[in-house]
Formats: sequence, structure tokens, C-alpha cells
Amino acid sequence: MLMNCDFILADGAMGTMLFEAGLEFGDSPELWNVDRPEQVRAVHRAYIQAGAQLILTNTFGCNRFRLELHSLQDRATALNRAGAGIARAEVKAAGNRALVAGDIGPSGCILSPLGELQFDDAVIGFAEQAAGLIAGGVDLIWIETMSDLNEVRAAIEGVRRISREIPVITTMTFDTHGRTMMGVEPEQAVTTLLECGVAAVGANCGNGPEEIVDVIAKMYAVAPNAVLVAKSNAGVPSLVDGRAVYGAEPSAMARYADAVRSAGARIIGGCCGTTPAHLKAMAGELGTSAHLAERMPLKAAGSI
Amino acid sequence: MSEELDFTQIEMSELIEMIHDYLYDGMADEVVAGVKELLRRDVTPYNTLTQALVGGMDIVGVDFRDGILFVPEVLMAAKAMKAGMALLRPLLAETGAPQVGTMVIGTVKGDIHDIGKNLVSMMMEGAGFKVVDLGINNDAAKFLGAIREHQPEILGMSALLTTTMPYMKVVIEALKDAGLRDKVTVLVGGAPVNAAFAEAVGADAYCRDASVGVETAKRFVAIRRNQVAVGKP
Repeated sequence: MLMNCDFILADGAMGTMLFEAGLEFGDSPELWNVDRPEQVRAVHRAYIQAGAQLILTNTFGCNRFRLELHSLQDRATALNRAGAGIARAEVKAAGNRALVAGDIGPSGCILSPLGELQFDDAVIGFAEQAAGLIAGGVDLIWIETMSDLNEVRAAIEGVRRISREIPVITTMTFDTHGRTMMGVEPEQAVTTLLECGVAAVGANCGNGPEEIVDVIAKMYAVAPNAVLVAKSNAGVPSLVDGRAVYGAEPSAMARYADAVRSAGARIIGGCCGTTPAHLKAMAGELGTSAHLAERMPLKAAGSI
Repeated sequence: MSEELDFTQIEMSELIEMIHDYLYDGMADEVVAGVKELLRRDVTPYNTLTQALVGGMDIVGVDFRDGILFVPEVLMAAKAMKAGMALLRPLLAETGAPQVGTMVIGTVKGDIHDIGKNLVSMMMEGAGFKVVDLGINNDAAKFLGAIREHQPEILGMSALLTTTMPYMKVVIEALKDAGLRDKVTVLVGGAPVNAAFAEAVGADAYCRDASVGVETAKRFVAIRRNQVAVGKP
């Protein structure tokens, strides 16, 4: 797909949109794939209408380690498959104008020897999630918000146990003095992950648009030929009358989209706090609205 | 391996510095050997704790705050610290040494993200505090129960989500209603939390990261003890 266009506009946030739609504190967003599928689908629809050419399934915390906190671990496969199915159905209804990316987030555990989670157990957990997503019809797998390179390796290995071919995109979160929480530098991330055979590498979440532009520039400096990905928060949240408000206006996210494209990113989207209004402004800035959709042959998922 | 180390010819100040370095590098066996040597020289368990272990972890804390060390190094240092503590804990109890302090900590109701809280927990233990870790998803009743049982100087609450952080106010209001608010210093932290929020919910302080948490907790414990010493409430 990327061979036929300069860049791809990915979607905005799912979690913060579901909280707006009434998801309660502490409940599993993934459970809505079964209990409130129409709400999840409405978020996908809004992003596609705003110009998203790639949407992420509502499965960020849908690995058995996170689901265990809600006693839902035995439903991992079903919830992933349902999440993939919802996104696939919405893309189909929109005339196949977008790719479906199966979202895999971190386990929330620290891997051995520093922490308790064994590498092999992590692989098994991620493989289980990938199996559900692929059975549900995703075009690619998107591993995101990672801070530990070993955990990314475990996730990639898990995906590869299910499919040798499916394209994998990985993004890490560089929110601690320009590195990830576990101390991984952008240059190290891009170099290591490209060696793992991923289709694209980048950054998501974090401390807002400015920092992510620097991260992409550092990645570009060492890997100018890599497909780089930026999916920034809409600023850092502050609390107003008991509700989280993200600082960046749609116009600020549009400027970020332009800046991060200049820095070398080719897949661009938003993370927490990014709404369809933000994404529409980004699409306008990048000029992705109509003409690119016509040029993109989206059938061949393997060719991203 | 530790049995091969011979510290007997090393000067005291140098030995303490070596233990600081071993902690910094997360070398548990060497830390334990160093602690044994200090005890052999009749350094009190309390002085061993404060000068060798807590002093070493202070350096780790500063470099973590400044972005020189990251979570993996801090976790290794905390493990080494714990190995040293395991040796000292029974001796400290025997000698009736003063406690650095006690902390009750947990993530608030609805929040299941605990990496940050675990880090604070380990750093506080590293600083010599007794830490009662309530884990994730704690309602006000659970915090209150733990405060009554363990009578800590410090209560730490953590939230990663903007949707769960308002619950900190619920806990603080419950403390007031139970007449416990003045008994404990409330520190709050987590990715979306800031100083203005801490003030708005009635906490004593916001702590940006684990190392600031330790510094702040120590400061408040010192203030509390001074007040007790001069007979204030």
C-alpha cells in the first residue's frame, strides 16, 4: 500500500472516545466488543469519515495478562476476534477505504529477570491474542505503547507463531527523558526492530506532539529508508471539573501532522485525546482527504 | 562468589563507598558481603542501613530523577538493596532501632496500572521504609482499614488514568470523615497527576516520580517527628 502513496493517515484514540461514550472507570474497554459493539463501531466510523486510512481494533488491553485483572482471561480469543470483526465490518461498510490493524498493547508486567513474567509465557499470551485478531480478519498487526524491547520481541514472536506473512507494525512510547520507561533510545528501537523484520517502526502516546517529532527525527537519522510511524497524544491531560481534558486543539494536531511528516514519518495518527475532529484537521493538513483513497489498492494487505 | 571477597583490609569510608557502587550496579551478592563486613566491625544495624544502603539508594534515586538511570537499573539496585535488608531486618528489630517510617500505598479504585506504584514501593523500601502495598484497584474502605491497622506516617495513592484520578479525592474525604486525615501525610502520583490536582483534592504533595516520592516522604516524616518532639499535635 505504501508503495502507492506517500503516507497513510491512521486513526485517533479509542479508549478516551469510549469513556466519552459512557465506559465506566475500571471496566474493560475490550468487553464492549461483545457487550456494546455498536459503540465501538461508531468510533471506527467517525475516524473513517474523518479521513483515517488505517484503523486500530479495540483490543489494546486484550491479552490474557491485562484481561486477568477483570477475570476475563478465558475470553481473550473471543474478545480479540470480536474486536477485529467489528473493525472489518465497518471498513467493509465504508467501501474498503481503510486497513484494519489488530491492536496489541503491553502485558502490563515486567519481564524476567527484572520482573516476574517469563519470556515464553509472554509469547504464548501474545500468540493467543494474535490468533483471535487474525481469525477476525485483520490486515496487519500493530504492537504499540511498548517500553521494553524484550516484550516487543515476545509480541512479534507470538504473532509469527500464528502467521509468517502478516505485516507487523511496532511503536514504542518515549516518555522518559527522550527514552522509553525502560530506557530504550529511539535509534536503538528502530535498529533493533527493523532487524526483527517489522514493516514499520515508530512512536505512540507520550508527552504530546513536540517530543514525538524529535523521536521521529532521531529514528530517521539512523534509518532513512524505514517506514516510520507517529501516533501522538493530543497533548498532556489536565483535570477540569473532574474530567480529563487534553491540551492540544485540532489545529495543533494538524501542525504536528505536518511537522512529523517533515521529520520523516509516513504513517501518522493520534493517540489519547485525539478525536475525529482532530483527525479531520490532520487529514486536511496532510491533503489525504479524497485523492489518496482512490489511489490506494487496499486489497493486498501484505504489501504495506 | 561473595565468600571470595575480602573487605577486611579496606578502610571504613571506602567500604561504604564500595557498597554504594555495588548497589548502583545491582550486585546483590557483593552488597550482602559488604553489609556482613560492616556488621563484623560492630557497626550498628541502623547505621549500616542508613549509611551504606539508604545512602547508596539515594544516589540511585538522584540519577533516576535526572534521566541517567532508567527503570531496569533501578529495579536491579532495589533487588540488591532488598538482599542487604533481609540480613538487617531481624537485627534492626532486635536492637529496637528507630524506624525510618511506614507507608501504605496502592492504586485507586478503577485503576489497574501498577508499574509506577511498584517502583515507588521498591524505592521506599530501598530508603528503609516499611511499605504496606495494597496492590491495585483499592476503594476508600481498604485504604482506611490499612491505615488503622498499620498506622503509617505516609499514604501514597497512584493513578495512571485521567478517569480514575478523581477517586483520590474520595479517599481523602473518607479520611476526613473518619478523623484520620491529620494522622497521615497523603502523597499522590501517576502519569496524569500534577501539583495543582494534588492541591485540589486536598493531598499534602504531588510526587513527579519515585525518587521525588522518597525525598518528599522523608521530609514529611521529619516534620511530623519534630512536631511530636515539641509537643504539637
